[in-house]
Amino acid sequence: MDSVREEKVEEVIREYDSSRDSLISILQDVQSEYRYLPESILKLVARKLGLPLIQVYGVATFFKAFSLKPRGKHLLSVCLGTACHVRGAPAVLDEVERKLCIGPGETSEDMQFTLETVNCLGACALGPIMVMDGEYHGQMVPGKVQGTINRCKKSPRGGKK
Amino acid sequence: MKRLRSATELEGFRQEILAARDPNKPCVTICSGTGCHAYSCERVSQAFTKELKSRGLQGEVDVRRTGCHGYCERGTIVVIFPEEICYLRVQPEDVPEIIATTLIEKKLVDRLLYQDEEGQKIVHEGEIPFYKHQERTVFGSNRFIDPRSIEDYLAVGGYSALAKALCSMQPEEIIGEIKRSGLRGRGGGGFPTGMKWESCRNAPSPAGVRYIICNADEGDPGAYMDRSLLEGNPHSIIEGMIIGACAIESHHGYVYVRHEYPLAVENLGIALEQAREYGLLGEDILGSGFDFDIKISRGGGAFICGESTALMASLEGRIGEPRAKHIHTVINGLHGRPTNLNNVETWANVPLIINHGADWYSQIGTANSKGTKIFSLVGRINNTGLVEVPMGITLREIIFDIGGGIPEGRKFKAVQTGGPSGGCIPESLVDLPVDFDRLVEAGSMMGSGGMIVMDETTCMVDLAKYFVKFLTEESCGKCVPCREGLDRMLDILTDITEGQGKPSDIELLEELGDVIRGTSLCALGSTAPNPVLSTIKYFRDEYEAHVNEKRCPAGVCKALITFSIDEEKCTGCGVCIKSCPQMAISGEKKKLHTIDQEKCIACGLCRDACKFEAVIVS
Repeated sequence: MDSVREEKVEEVIREYDSSRDSLISILQDVQSEYRYLPESILKLVARKLGLPLIQVYGVATFFKAFSLKPRGKHLLSVCLGTACHVRGAPAVLDEVERKLCIGPGETSEDMQFTLETVNCLGACALGPIMVMDGEYHGQMVPGKVQGTINRCKKSPRGGKK
Repeated sequence: MKRLRSATELEGFRQEILAARDPNKPCVTICSGTGCHAYSCERVSQAFTKELKSRGLQGEVDVRRTGCHGYCERGTIVVIFPEEICYLRVQPEDVPEIIATTLIEKKLVDRLLYQDEEGQKIVHEGEIPFYKHQERTVFGSNRFIDPRSIEDYLAVGGYSALAKALCSMQPEEIIGEIKRSGLRGRGGGGFPTGMKWESCRNAPSPAGVRYIICNADEGDPGAYMDRSLLEGNPHSIIEGMIIGACAIESHHGYVYVRHEYPLAVENLGIALEQAREYGLLGEDILGSGFDFDIKISRGGGAFICGESTALMASLEGRIGEPRAKHIHTVINGLHGRPTNLNNVETWANVPLIINHGADWYSQIGTANSKGTKIFSLVGRINNTGLVEVPMGITLREIIFDIGGGIPEGRKFKAVQTGGPSGGCIPESLVDLPVDFDRLVEAGSMMGSGGMIVMDETTCMVDLAKYFVKFLTEESCGKCVPCREGLDRMLDILTDITEGQGKPSDIELLEELGDVIRGTSLCALGSTAPNPVLSTIKYFRDEYEAHVNEKRCPAGVCKALITFSIDEEKCTGCGVCIKSCPQMAISGEKKKLHTIDQEKCIACGLCRDACKFEAVIVS
């Protein structure tokens, strides 16, 4: 691991006073920096906190917020909350999967898109909702998917995480 | 910034704030909850600031970005004080007209007002039917407050309950008041809050360490009232928590909040910082000698962490697995110390009870369920949003009077309450009074207050499958009945929705459900079969249609439906041909089109694309 990365991780750990209780927060902050958690970082965090790697790995795989695989430039989430579900979110997700040729949790080969599903964003009035790079697109229907993806492709901005 | 050293200083500071504010000065409030953010409220607010500046009015009109107003269906909501003129679905382009017409000429912009069924325009927010039937005691302040301004919270009487509790009440008195009020936990279980506090206070603890936790891991899909409270009025939760800490003599508090709620985390963080600066949090609160501080902990995105023991495990940096509660968390909780955990809405009720008294509070509601409850009314409903109503109101009043009924003239079929642990209540029980006990009697539960309305186009078997799929993904995997049993339930439900169901499957689901319910350790497992069992109880005929006739009456389950084109309605426009990803539709221009059933994947794109409703599902 390069020394810059190691320093950044150490800085985050220091912010939390090297507290083992803060493992989840530490991993969250580190991930927001690198967009995923590579093996080397998990090992480093385990060493610095004096925790067995299995515990760090366990936490990193238990919680949905963490990704152990690199993510694409654009992050696309389809809300599958109950309100979105009864308003037709599964059909929207099907269409996104067809258009991007990837399933939930996967990243496209060209590293442009990562597709995720979320369990409720709490913006139920706009359901079904799709979030592209942090921007909400409400009242989605399968027919609007391609256009939304195209607009996102043109934007230079990457995903927030 | 000055540190307040006593209740008198707090009151003096409040009077200073009020004296500096002219109640007659025009103030534009813009709803800035997550819902309205998605409607681009930010641009509306920027447009107001810019337009007022260009007209040289910036000093004469206040612009305030408030928390969620609740009427998410019609965002962005703009309310202009002091007249309380309410404009709905405001776009940035509307702003110059609002300023010119309403703020300068003092006239109304008719097209942005609410219009009722008879075409009458309604000017004031409180007179709109959506609001008129509500009782917004907890949620009501949201619309006056900029969540990032502690002065706004103080101006509406904020922290006066804390001053009263801290300076003129004994801890036992506080607990007594909460007990007498009849407040029950709003997170799902409905446990009496005062009793919980008392047990925690009386639990022995070495060095007197006790913890207070606010559970803001609002995981129920379709429920977002806790988020709106945290985002819109964070100080009310902080105030409730400090009062609780004072009552049980705790000095350390945590708010465990979902990481999917970035705005809530941000607003809460700002509020905590402000409270510390004013001496309302931290050491020697209001000069009383009492110390208490709160940390924010972001959840990692696991539904199970809404369960108290799993949440505490996660706060200790471990995976969120629940443990058996032979010894309750009020005795042995976080780090093995007595811990009092309440949900966001419960905490927000506390300052109201202390301020107005238990007698006032217990007048609202039913015999065993006191106060109001916030519900998120979502799904197939006209007025989607957050509604706060007294306990005991009927489902009919919520769905039809407040919610405005079902869109497109469709028929109301059922309402799902209590999230994945709850159940479905059919149309025949629409006059059921809503409180903790009556919902359980009907085979559902209050949960955190999600209310998902369904119409005739919702398939109940598909819905049950949806919840079971959700729960299989969220089961922590510790107990076999939940981990394996839910998987098997999902297999059976998938078979049924794909036309592979056997007649014995329905009984098998009931049997499996009974076992999972009886043998799982935590509430996730023991309530997981509810969505299946309640839909079988009330909609058995739909299950039977899937199993015996291989038919989905609601037209949802893909394997059991076919798409075809209505000869009379089809104009031969060709739009459906273009929309089809499978190239399954053919036909010449201006002639009847047909769908090749071999190629069709039942995606429904042609139905959405057709303007003549010529694509029919059978």
